[in-house]
Amino acid sequence: MAKIKFKKLRLTKKVFSIPYILFLLLFVVIPLVLILVNAFLDSDNNLTLENFKVFFTSRANLIVLGNSLLVGIITTAFCLLIGYPVAYICSKMSSGKIIVLLYILPMFVNFLIRTLATKAIFIAMGVELGMGTVLFGMVYNYLPFMILPLHTTLSSIDKSYSEAAQDLGANKATVFLKTTLPLSTSGIISGITMVFIPTISTYAISQLLSNGKIFLFGDSIQLSFEQGLYGVGSIMSLVMLAFVLISNLIMNAFNSNSNAVRRSLW
Amino acid sequence: MKNITPVDNIIELRNVYKTYDGKDAVKNASLTIKRGEFVTLLGPSGCGKTTTLRMIAGFELPTSGKIIFNGKDITNVPPHLRPVNTVFQKYALFPHLNVFNNIAFGLKLKVVPNGTKVNKKGETVQLFRKYTKAEIKEKVNRFLKLVDLEDYGHRNVSSLSGGQQQRVAIARALVNEPEVLLLDEPLGALDLKMRKDMQLELMDMHKRLGITFIYVTHDQEEALTMSDKIVVMRYGEIQQIASPEKVYDEPANAFVADFIGESTILSGVMLEDYKVEFCDHVFECVDKGFKPNEPIDVIIRPEDLKIKDKNSKDALITAEVISSVFKGDHYQVTLMANENELMAHDTEGYEVGETVGLYIKPFDLHIMHKTRLMNELDTVITGENLVEICGADFECKTDLPEGTPVRVVIDFDDVEITDDEDDGIISATVVSSIYKGSYYQAILSTDDHYNFFADTDYDWFKGDRVGIKIAPDKIIIEKRDETEHQEEKVVIDETLTAEEQAYIEEIREQEPEEFDVVEEILEEAKEAPLLADEEEKADDQEQSEKEGE
Repeated sequence: MAKIKFKKLRLTKKVFSIPYILFLLLFVVIPLVLILVNAFLDSDNNLTLENFKVFFTSRANLIVLGNSLLVGIITTAFCLLIGYPVAYICSKMSSGKIIVLLYILPMFVNFLIRTLATKAIFIAMGVELGMGTVLFGMVYNYLPFMILPLHTTLSSIDKSYSEAAQDLGANKATVFLKTTLPLSTSGIISGITMVFIPTISTYAISQLLSNGKIFLFGDSIQLSFEQGLYGVGSIMSLVMLAFVLISNLIMNAFNSNSNAVRRSLW
Repeated sequence: MKNITPVDNIIELRNVYKTYDGKDAVKNASLTIKRGEFVTLLGPSGCGKTTTLRMIAGFELPTSGKIIFNGKDITNVPPHLRPVNTVFQKYALFPHLNVFNNIAFGLKLKVVPNGTKVNKKGETVQLFRKYTKAEIKEKVNRFLKLVDLEDYGHRNVSSLSGGQQQRVAIARALVNEPEVLLLDEPLGALDLKMRKDMQLELMDMHKRLGITFIYVTHDQEEALTMSDKIVVMRYGEIQQIASPEKVYDEPANAFVADFIGESTILSGVMLEDYKVEFCDHVFECVDKGFKPNEPIDVIIRPEDLKIKDKNSKDALITAEVISSVFKGDHYQVTLMANENELMAHDTEGYEVGETVGLYIKPFDLHIMHKTRLMNELDTVITGENLVEICGADFECKTDLPEGTPVRVVIDFDDVEITDDEDDGIISATVVSSIYKGSYYQAILSTDDHYNFFADTDYDWFKGDRVGIKIAPDKIIIEKRDETEHQEEKVVIDETLTAEEQAYIEEIREQEPEEFDVVEEILEEAKEAPLLADEEEKADDQEQSEKEGE
C-alpha cells in the first residue's frame, strides 16, 4: 500500500506506557498463552484433552484444591478479625501510623527467611507442625495486607460522620455499626482481595510449616512442573486463575453495591 | 424557688471555659437562651463561636463551667443523650445512605413513651418503644415536604446540589423534634442567591416550629437579618449580647462597631457630660457618666453623617471630599476633616476636592469606653534594667532588683512594629487593624497569646508576621502586689429587662439538678419491641425497600 508511512514519533503520554506494555506482553501474556497451549498438549506435543481428564478425575487433586480454598478462607477471616481492630485503633490514635509501620516492618525480611525462622521457633517450642502452624504462618504473612488498606480507609473517614450519628442519638456501638463499619466497606473488600487471592495460590509456607504434611494447590502446581507434567500443571494453573477471577468478580460486585466510599484503593 | 418564671430559659452557660494547650478558646462565657429564641453566635474565625456550639452539642467538654439545659446540668452528658440536634457546617450526610435513610437515621434510634406498667416492687414504670416503620415513613415524608424535597427520598446524597444537601441536613436534624437546633455556619458553602433564600426559609421554619435555634456565623449581615439575639465574640470572649438593632446602633466597643456594619471609629476625649471633642471640635452628645477628659472612641455610622453646604448654619465642621463612589442605592463619600477620615452615605455624589459642611445629630454619636487605654502586662524584672515581656527580655529603666513582680505599662503609640520579624525583640501576628480616622490601631498577638495594641500610621495586613520593639524609656514599670486578683466580668444580656436580669442572676447561684440518663430504659425498649411492630414489619419491609431503590 502506498499510503503506509511512518508517523513521526511524538512524545505523547502514550509513549510512556510502551515499556510497560512490552513487559506485560513478554512476561504475562506470553506465559499465559503458553500455559493455555500446554494444557491441550500431551508429552509428545499432540493435541489432547487427556490432561483435563487426569486432573478432574483425580480425587487427590480435588481435595488439595478444596483444602487450599478452605485455608484461604480461614486465613482471610483471621486476618480480618485481627486486622480490623488494629486498623481501627490505629486510625484513632495520633501515633497510629507508626504502629501500622511496626506491623508492616516484618515484610522487609524475605518471606522464606521469615517462614523458616517461624518454623525454627515452633520446633524449639515443641509445637507439632501441622494445619495450625500453617494457618499461623499464613496469617502472620498476610496480615499487613489486610491492615494497610483498612487503616487507609478508616483514617480517611471524616470525623463529622460519627459526630452526626452521635448527635442523632447513636451511642458508641451504634455509631460504629451504622457509620464507621459501612463507610469502611471499600477497605474491607480491598483487604480481603489482597489476602484471599495470594493465599489460595501460595506455596512453600504450607510445605515448610507442616514438614510437607499439608499440601496446598500452589504446592501441587509446583510439583507437577517439577515432575515434567506440564499439561496437568497448566490445567491446575488455569483452574487457579479461574478462582482468582471469580473471587475478584465477587469482590467488585460487593464494592459497587456499597456506594460508600466510591473509590477503590487498589 | 419562685412560683412564677419570669425567664423561660432553655439553655444556660455558666462561666464556661475551654482551654486547648494552655490557650483559652472560650473564656468565661456566660449566656442564657430563652425558649424559642433565635440566637446567633457571631464573630471572626477563631473567636470561639464554633467551640461554644460544640460544647452545647456535647462534642467538646468545657474545661470548667457548667452548661444547663432546662434547669438540669448537662455539662458532662454525652451528645447522643442530649435533646439537641446539629446541622453541620459541611452537612455530614451519610454517604452510604440515601436521602430517606439519612433523615430516618435518628428516628430509628429514638424511643417514645409507651404507657406505664407496675413492676414487682409495685412502682409505676414508664415504658418506651421504638417508632414503627410506618411512623418513621410518615415523619420522614412530612419533613421532606417541609424542606421541599418530596420526591428525593430515594436519591443518593452525593447526587444532590449543595442547597439540596443543606435541606436534607436540616430535615435530618428537625425530624427528631429537638428542643434546640444548633446550626454551625450552615449556609457557608452556598452561593449568595441560595444563601439569601435559605436565610428566609430558616427564619420561616423557626417561626413555624417554635423551637430554639442557635446559629453560628461569621457573616454579620446574616446575623442581623435572622436573629432575635446576637452574641458577638472575639478571642473566645463574649463582647456583647444584644438584639440586632442594639448591636448595630449601640455597639459595646470599637471591635463590635467595626465588625458589625460599616462605621467610622475616631478617638476623642469626653470633656464633660454631654460634651465630646474629636476632629478638633466640641460636639454635643447624649452620653454622660464618663470621667472628665476621659479618652473614648466615637463611632459614627456612615448613614448618620449628613453632608451639608459648607456655609449652611447646620454644618458643625467642614471637610474635604476625598472620594465619592456610586454603590447602587447610594454614594459612599470619604471625607477628610481636620486630618480625620470620615465616611458618609449620601444620595448625591460630590466632586473630589469639594469643601462641604458636616452635620451629625447628638443622638447618632455613639461614645464608648476604650477597650484598653494602655498595654498592661504582669511580669517580673529579670536583671539589671531588664524586664521580661512575652518571653523575651526588654531593656528598660528601673532600679528594682531582679525577681520583683511588676506591672508593665506601654502606651499604644510606643509599640514599634517592624516589617521584618527578626528586627523586633519579639514576634507577633497581626490580628486586626482598625482605622481610627487619622491612624490605624493594630492588634498584635504574640506567640504566648498576649495581644499588644499599637497605634501606627500604616495599615498592617491581618495574619502578617511582624516584630515588636519598644524603646527602653517608654516602658513604664510599676511595682505589683502579687496577691492582687482581677475579677472576671460577665457580659450582660441587653435583650433582658432589669427584672429578668435579676432573676437570672438569682438562678445562677443555684445548683442545677442532675441530668437523668435514660440509657437503661433505652436498653429495655430494644429488648421488648411492640407486637404491632412485628406485624407491620412484613409489609413495611416491602415499602421501605421500594423507598430504598
